[in-house]
Amino acid sequence: MTDALEAQGLIKAFGGLTATDNLSLSVAPGEIHAVIGPNGAGKTTLVNLLSGMMRPDAGRILFNGGDITRMAAPARVKAGLARSYQITSIFRDFTVLENVMLSVQARQGHSFRFWKPVSRDTSLMDPARELLAQVGLGDRVDMRAGDLAYGEQRQLEIAISLATEPSFLLLDEPMAGMGPEESQKMIAFLRALKGDYTMLLIEHDMDAVFVLADRITVLVYGKVIASGAPEEIRNDPAVREAYLGDDDTEHENGEGPADA
Amino acid sequence: MGELGKPANIFTALVLVIFALTPIVAPALDESFYVIVFARFMIWGIAAVSLNLIMGYGGLISFGHAVYLGIGAYTVGILAFHGVTSAWIQWPLAIGVSGLVALVFGAISLRTKGVYFIMITLALAQMIYFLSVSAERYGSDDGLSILARSEFGVSFFSLNDKTTMYYTIFVFLLASVFVSWRLVNSRFGTVMRAAKSNDTRVQSIGVGTYRYRLTAFVIAGMMCGIAGLLQANLESFVSPDMMSWHRSGELIFMVVLGGMSTLFGPVTGAFVFLMLSEILAGLTIHWHIIFGPFLVLVVIFARGGIAGLLTRRADRD
Ligand SMILES: Nc1ncnc2c1ncn2[C@@H]1O[C@H](COP(=O)(O)OP(=O)(O)O)[C@@H](O)[C@H]1O
Ligand SMILES: [Mg+2]
Repeated sequence: MTDALEAQGLIKAFGGLTATDNLSLSVAPGEIHAVIGPNGAGKTTLVNLLSGMMRPDAGRILFNGGDITRMAAPARVKAGLARSYQITSIFRDFTVLENVMLSVQARQGHSFRFWKPVSRDTSLMDPARELLAQVGLGDRVDMRAGDLAYGEQRQLEIAISLATEPSFLLLDEPMAGMGPEESQKMIAFLRALKGDYTMLLIEHDMDAVFVLADRITVLVYGKVIASGAPEEIRNDPAVREAYLGDDDTEHENGEGPADA
Repeated sequence: MGELGKPANIFTALVLVIFALTPIVAPALDESFYVIVFARFMIWGIAAVSLNLIMGYGGLISFGHAVYLGIGAYTVGILAFHGVTSAWIQWPLAIGVSGLVALVFGAISLRTKGVYFIMITLALAQMIYFLSVSAERYGSDDGLSILARSEFGVSFFSLNDKTTMYYTIFVFLLASVFVSWRLVNSRFGTVMRAAKSNDTRVQSIGVGTYRYRLTAFVIAGMMCGIAGLLQANLESFVSPDMMSWHRSGELIFMVVLGGMSTLFGPVTGAFVFLMLSEILAGLTIHWHIIFGPFLVLVVIFARGGIAGLLTRRADRD
């Protein structure tokens, strides 16, 4: 079976800094592939490259077997590749419903419709309401998005992406900035999505990653230092040293000391 | 308090009532002079409404918007100069040429952002300004007098009638607001407003924003072209001054003063801006010394312009 997404030898440099250093990875259809790594490892840059917000200096990106390296960002979304943002990127002055309606509108084709008010357009509102009910924001539809609680804003962030009806989700740290309780809810939510979507999950939170991921790739200074099943990653000495080791200091329930 | 009772809306209604009744009331008060003055105000109102469409709702700060006033007006002037006075030819051409220039200028300037966008719209507009200054055939600096107003070829409608002229402008003003209202709330307008607040997010839900911005830019150019063709008819005169960068700057002020991204803000903004400059100019020749700082204060302290100021007052009560 062809991979849902495949990156081959991606390179992206900012001046002298190589944020993505000859990076290759592949994601099989239906799986959750997590990418972990310390701050500044190049995780967001990778999402930017895959989503088309940035162009790689070298390398190729294949989506469902087709080369999308030069495809513009909106076209990738139309092809079924949606992303979410680490820094919440919602339309704060729109209502919650309007945020999702915009995605529905985008999915339905061009927006060169100049006269009919969207607020009377049931072909936009109904699917948007339905999706919001599914993600648990059903009673928040008429609220200004910027007034939502932080955790709810993060849910909306993902709902906006889901409403484009993707087959593939690039999730950039969906739990970023969340408290433990909110994180648990998000993990449960992502787990419910599993199977319906193929996902590349960027995450900082180790526990979430080990719960959700089928495969894990570890990134340090833009380079892949390990890739494999969660168990392999957990026991990989290089990973423990480079990443899990210093992560332990921040985590009360961290793993035991390295046995190497 | 209901929507209609809000101070900002009361003020808007007041301005509209003044506009609507001037041709009836002013002559009765022996102040017929105000008919022309307010007709002029309304034309600026249309131009400001058109700028608000891209600036207020689209976040595109065009510093060359008055150029479309000039293009609309010069199209009428030049056609009349060559003996073409039919409105059925003049008006579609004026609107079409404005749209075409907006298409070209937009295609160039929309590739840039922020200060660069402001500078490029200014530079492109100045090109047309200098073109008009150097067009000796059409009066250069001195401008071009228009000997005959646009003709509709029907007996019951003539722009030579002052009241007809006035109410034609009034109807176009209301129409410009109505069209803005429909546009802003349509799918198209939703993309525009979303792109203003977060362009990359709009891209990452699958919408390339460039062509929507360009379309908005062209619509705004055509709408401003209408203001221009009306102005040419009202004044029976066109000159490069109509599209100097001062005028573009004043348009920005009118929009900011009235309240960006509010439907009627540009109308009240134009009214207050022009009214104040008339009054101040009547008091002292150094009126700019008062007017300048006043505008600065409005920008600093009255975020959201008149509409914002009145709304905040109301919310506090
Ligand atoms: N647009 C940019 N311009 C310059 N440097 C950048 C840019 N984006 C990211 N970087 C740099 O690239 C490195 C990787 O950043 P990022 O991909 O955001 O890491 P992560 O998401 O893993 O924390 C960092 O050193 C960051 O400063
Ligand atoms: Mg990041």
